[in-house]
Amino acid sequence: MLNVIWLVLLVGSVVVSVFTGHLKDIVPAVTESAESAFKMALGFTGVMALWLGIMKIAEESGLVELITRAIAPIMRYLFPEIPRDHPAMGSMAMNMVANMLGLNNAATPLGIRAMKDLDSLNARKDTATDSMCMFLAINTSSLQLVPAGAIALLAAGGSSDPTIIVFPALLATIVSTVTGVLSAKFLSRMRRFREDKDRG
Amino acid sequence: MDGLPGFVSIASNIVFLSFLVGIPVYGYFKGVKVYETFVTGAREGFEVAVRIIPYLVAILVAVGMFRASGAMDMISAAFPDFMKSLGLTPDVVSLSLMRPLSGSASLGILGGIISSRGADSYEARLASVITGCTETTLYVVAVYFGAVSVTRVRYAVHAGLLADAAGVVAAVIVSLILFR
Repeated sequence: MLNVIWLVLLVGSVVVSVFTGHLKDIVPAVTESAESAFKMALGFTGVMALWLGIMKIAEESGLVELITRAIAPIMRYLFPEIPRDHPAMGSMAMNMVANMLGLNNAATPLGIRAMKDLDSLNARKDTATDSMCMFLAINTSSLQLVPAGAIALLAAGGSSDPTIIVFPALLATIVSTVTGVLSAKFLSRMRRFREDKDRG
Repeated sequence: MDGLPGFVSIASNIVFLSFLVGIPVYGYFKGVKVYETFVTGAREGFEVAVRIIPYLVAILVAVGMFRASGAMDMISAAFPDFMKSLGLTPDVVSLSLMRPLSGSASLGILGGIISSRGADSYEARLASVITGCTETTLYVVAVYFGAVSVTRVRYAVHAGLLADAAGVVAAVIVSLILFR
């Protein structure tokens, strides 16, 4: 899927730009994007270090265990392959809590930490496990309870009631997250993805 | 977060700081050597950041080319008229399509919708709900899988995009009921 998306974006952009007359814009866009990818990663280092440090304290203090135990029934349904007391359960729980609270720059480091914990259970290091796919489906479905970014833009635009979107966004977020979870459960049973997993 | 309404802004900051300060305080009372433990955990930060660079370059370059090509205008203009009556005007469509690809680009489009159509317009509200219930799927996939060097992501992208699509549909339905 990523191979296809990536190639379509590359080839499609060039083909389309011939027709739209944007061909000359493509080359600078490539250089700029590559640079900004590097800057983004570097800029991310500090925040990453910060939240990995905080996460370590949360683990050692037993806080992670408390949170994990509180949502254990949900976690066991979502990630049946992961042993109950595996660290991955804790780091995924922390990531989800940070996501729900809209702490984006904490959620990503915690999510990466969770991926590493999940990877410790992965027999084929280049291939995603079912738990990784489920975790990604949940993360890419948006968990944020209050969309602060959109509210900020509405307020800046002079909206009379910028927080009016909170309730509808919450409903739609529930729909998208449930869809993500059910899709992941369903797709994991599909033959083409099973075969991929079992090959080799 | 300039311009965030007072109480949302205060609430966000309280949540943020209670994580950042609350966890070390809790740890201290549980007998954790907070400073040493923090530093040990933080050490991994740089290594992870370096490891995700190739994945970020791959995704951002492809998305950058796509944005520069003007393809988005072509796609959203090709959407049938009946969708406009649902509030899915070309700009809202391009927001929905851009959202999984790039967070900053989609926030830019949202800003454009709000300023061109008005912050209290139906389209601005729908676009805000769409932004709130979807994620930058491709970016998350690149970063998360990049950090563990997984390249065969199986159905993760499918599930993420299905979730985004469901979010857009739900946003349209909820907005039709509540904002019209």
